[in-house]
Amino acid sequence: MSIILFAVATLGALGLIYGLGLALASKKFHVDVDPKIEKISKGLPGVNCGACGYPGCFAYAEAIAGKGEEINKCAPGGEDTIKHISEIMGIKASMKERNIAVIHCRSGGKNNTFLRYYYQGIATCKAAILVTNGPNLCNYGCVFQNDCIVACNFDAIHLDDNGMRIIDKEKCTGCGACVKACPRNLIELVPVSKKVHILCTSHDKGAEAKKRCGNKTACIGCGLCVKKCPVEAIELQDDLAVINYDKCVSCGLCAEVCPTKSIIDPLAGKRKIAFIIEENCIGCTICAKKCPVDAISGEVKKVHKIDPEKCIGCEICFAVCPKEAIEMR
Amino acid sequence: MEFVGKIFTLAVTAIFVQNFVLSRFLGLCPYIGVSKKLDSALGMGMAVIFVMTMASTFTWLIQTYLLIPLDLKYLQTIAFILTIASLVQLVEMIIQKTAPALYKALGVFLPLITTNCAVLGVAILNINEEFNFIESVLNGFFAGLGFTLVLLLMAGIRERLDKADVPKSMKGMPIAMVVAGCMALAFLGFSGLKI
Repeated sequence: MSIILFAVATLGALGLIYGLGLALASKKFHVDVDPKIEKISKGLPGVNCGACGYPGCFAYAEAIAGKGEEINKCAPGGEDTIKHISEIMGIKASMKERNIAVIHCRSGGKNNTFLRYYYQGIATCKAAILVTNGPNLCNYGCVFQNDCIVACNFDAIHLDDNGMRIIDKEKCTGCGACVKACPRNLIELVPVSKKVHILCTSHDKGAEAKKRCGNKTACIGCGLCVKKCPVEAIELQDDLAVINYDKCVSCGLCAEVCPTKSIIDPLAGKRKIAFIIEENCIGCTICAKKCPVDAISGEVKKVHKIDPEKCIGCEICFAVCPKEAIEMR
Repeated sequence: MEFVGKIFTLAVTAIFVQNFVLSRFLGLCPYIGVSKKLDSALGMGMAVIFVMTMASTFTWLIQTYLLIPLDLKYLQTIAFILTIASLVQLVEMIIQKTAPALYKALGVFLPLITTNCAVLGVAILNINEEFNFIESVLNGFFAGLGFTLVLLLMAGIRERLDKADVPKSMKGMPIAMVVAGCMALAFLGFSGLKI
């Protein structure tokens, strides 16, 4: 019994002495930490997704408080987070437009994929593409092992009945975790206002691309969309049309001409046409200059006209008019 | 004179012949982890020297005046770990206060000295070798010095390797492992020293 007592007493005494010593030392060597860091990090989502470019939410909070980092870099937090941080830091920042992920491939489901072989190996895309460049016939398409779903921290990617990955536009925060996870580089972050997408990544030549695509919607690199685009936002890159989303106005003209329907346009048929409210128009010609299809005509200081035949409903004039003299009907 | 000779022997043994990293293979985590940059390696080395010396001092005192008289030798490991952990905490506080840049550079490796087996190793070896108080303290100091030397050598080599034309598959960790092996082989040469 006494042995136990000795042992307990000795260790207890040692612990007590060390504890007291450390307590004293922590008083003496106390370092003041910026209280803002703690406050900011409480307002961040805490998912450590890395979309801001820092290793975690706490590191981002430190950078905001210490190095004056911009406060609108947290994609998952959105507007609420910016509001929270701007209250603490006393600075204002506008919300960047929200990005969401777009998968540039329409193959990879149960009935729209051609297979080379049945893949039964390790169930990750990274492993699957190592075996003769993936189980699907297309060398660029989705290999349907769903690394993106595993990578998503926000439960924003789901499988539909056909086994296709559907991105939930409400839940997607644009953090980019799936972009990094996809070994085929099929996923891109696109501003949420851009609606028209080329859903193919195949750089194969036309006939070859069409033959390999199980969904029959491969981009064959014909260049029709490039010619049709009113704002020169589409470019052919090695037999693949790619949209430059900085220029794209989501007018949907490219989707109309695409012979393989590899361009999707969810707004097709729903677009409104611009009309000028004559009493408001001051004839500034801004809209006429901005119109990508020259549908607006009119002299300086006179009421302008919009040709409804030519108007593509891109809403650029609606956005630039200084007098709110244009409405979409 | 005999004393000086003994200290010299102790130093050469702890630094070269029985180097903690390369012949006893203790403390390998910081050896690989903190050897990317010369200045953070130096900081880590200094921290380890300090902790090892202090740990040797305190553990020897605790062993001799507490554990042996009370016949509690079986508590050696836990009592030593307790001592080392407290010491590391203390060092961490001091560094955070006096050298914030060093504190940032060391990062997670500073608290990891707590579980650095080299520190516990030197404390237990001091007891096993039946060193007296002065010898224990010096052995702790020299062991830390040996650790720092190897860490600095490694950091210097790795800084140069960063700029060297290393094949892609060997870049980073693989080549560091090869270098570590070569260094261990080189230090094996010291085992021929007869002191």
